[in-house]
Amino acid sequence: MNTIYFDNNATTKVAEEVLDEMNPLFCKLYGNPSSMHTFGGQISHRIRKAREQVAALLGCEPAEIIFTSCGTESDNAAIKGTLAAYPDRRKVITTRVEHPAVLSVCRDLENHGYTVVELSVNKPGRLDLAELEEHLDDDTAIVSIMYANNETGVIFPIDKIVEMVTDKDVVFHTDAVQAVGKIPLNLSKSNIDLLSLSGHKLHGPKGIGVLYVKKGTRLAPFMQGGHQEAGRRAGTENVPGIVGLGKACELVGQNLEEENNKVKYLRDKLENTILEKCPDSHLNGDNENRLPNTTNISFEFIEGEAILLMLDKFGICASSGSACTSGSLEPSHVLRAMGVPFTAAHGSIRFSLSRYNTEQEVDFTIEKLPPIINRLRELSPFVAK
Amino acid sequence: MWDYTDKVKDHFFNPRNVGEIEDADGIGEVGSLACGDALKLTFKLDKNGKIVDAKFKTFGCASAIATSSVLTEMIKGLTLQEAAKITNKDIADYLGGLPEQKMHCSVMGREALEAAIENHRTGGKKKHELQGNIVCTCFGVTDKEIERVVRENNLTTVEQVTNYCKAGGGCGGCQGEIEKLIEKIHGDKIKEITPPAPRIGGRLKNIQKIQLIQQTINEQIRPALRAHGGNIELIDVEGNKVIVAFRGMCAQCRLTEFTMKDVVEAKLREFVSKDLFVEEDKDSANQPHNHRE
Repeated sequence: MNTIYFDNNATTKVAEEVLDEMNPLFCKLYGNPSSMHTFGGQISHRIRKAREQVAALLGCEPAEIIFTSCGTESDNAAIKGTLAAYPDRRKVITTRVEHPAVLSVCRDLENHGYTVVELSVNKPGRLDLAELEEHLDDDTAIVSIMYANNETGVIFPIDKIVEMVTDKDVVFHTDAVQAVGKIPLNLSKSNIDLLSLSGHKLHGPKGIGVLYVKKGTRLAPFMQGGHQEAGRRAGTENVPGIVGLGKACELVGQNLEEENNKVKYLRDKLENTILEKCPDSHLNGDNENRLPNTTNISFEFIEGEAILLMLDKFGICASSGSACTSGSLEPSHVLRAMGVPFTAAHGSIRFSLSRYNTEQEVDFTIEKLPPIINRLRELSPFVAK
Repeated sequence: MWDYTDKVKDHFFNPRNVGEIEDADGIGEVGSLACGDALKLTFKLDKNGKIVDAKFKTFGCASAIATSSVLTEMIKGLTLQEAAKITNKDIADYLGGLPEQKMHCSVMGREALEAAIENHRTGGKKKHELQGNIVCTCFGVTDKEIERVVRENNLTTVEQVTNYCKAGGGCGGCQGEIEKLIEKIHGDKIKEITPPAPRIGGRLKNIQKIQLIQQTINEQIRPALRAHGGNIELIDVEGNKVIVAFRGMCAQCRLTEFTMKDVVEAKLREFVSKDLFVEEDKDSANQPHNHRE
């Protein structure tokens, strides 16, 4: 059975070209870039190149790139590092729909005496910028707002937000893990201070992330130890990961627009046909400002895990915001923040595509999904006969 | 991904006895859309009082559907007396076991069966009613139900109770109460719950007292307020006067007075010192930015 992978917001396939770049770095060129000998020292050239590749994709200086172990580390480093650099400021502003890598960190800060403001979203998942304006003050140390939402793909108006925040001399961080590689970013024209990204979301390897730190931004180091990353992030470099991420960024940058048009065409076909063929189904999230690869659809009267398992039988991989799949008893915090009723949140399915998906895969899914929905509804006590 | 047995998968992909019996002798409906799973069980008796047919309709995950399907198979041919003896453990065992976090599906099966039998005994009049006092308001679980799953499955932790009947799995505000229930049921077997910090009989040093107050707010009070969209912040401590500010939904809630005395003050007196009293910070109470929606 072929695997049809529509779960690219969870993780992605490593591009073959990326693996080729990484391969020699395990058994042949395994030296430590900090060593004095040529064998180790030659590795530092590769790291420099990777740093340039990442910087080119983001439109920033190579010196503004810090390699970390993952997106979660970048988020932790950004928030905690900023608070440590501004010890007299006691307020953090974020949103209710952040990834746990930001939200859990912020909620824990409350236990350490910080005031944490979680901005709300409306039904399509949009922020009310007036609410942000109201809360921004000179006690605010950092504002952390994601670029694009992992569950719904909703893109926040980061450019506007950055202006509001930096006007008040407050540090702005964005978790751009889902945005980088899916939409064009240009940090040379932006006042974003800190930005997190993750390798495995853009066809790079797992275990590598980046924290972009705008030149001149005050940030206390998160990991202390050796002098790696100019003393801003200690620990021997994950050389294969760094080199792989560099290559992945280069590949993404090459055909971003073309690839995105293709992915968007496939996503739209999948989404429109499902909504048309399945009664009592609807889209979650802002239709206008959305990642080209993500769709989140709720199916009334049935539960997400059951849908996923039936899709799984056909090799189709997706994810759900239902309680049963979240490992807790409550459905997705993102959908609940948007005011999606529990009933619809339990039956939500996310499909997230990539440049490796094909039209045949979309057609196959469109054919298999509606009977699954019908079958589960036949079992459901909430559907009238 | 859940580790389901082949039997669970079989009953999920090929559910038996789906539907509703038209002129059923017993109807049991439990759960709700909001809770994430619900089951409607109907059965028909033959002239000897044995269950001759049973059907189900289920909203829920794979294990909820499999549990319902297997239940209809298990009860066919049984008298109501025999059927009433089926426990949630019997259902789970019949499936070759369920993942621990999914045990509540088997409990839902047993509850639906009971509700259907009760419905039959009362001549179709009575629907399932909750017995006992509500402990978990998020999922509507009573002390009687908790007691039953604890006894039938020999549960010893709050986490297990949550896995078996969902109680405590929402806001978590009732977890202390569940712990006390477990303790009561098992008598002395379970060790006493220790307070989160050493309660010093004598005088607390100022710094100790403030730390203990902050800790009590973090661990005992904030989670309960959070569940309702609110929050609390410690502003200052002056002698035995603790000054706090309510945030979020709490800031505009009419029950603030009640929360102040019955939750905040009571908890602080329990965990820190019985001499404490609480006041709301006047300045922050009047700030308009406290509301969220």
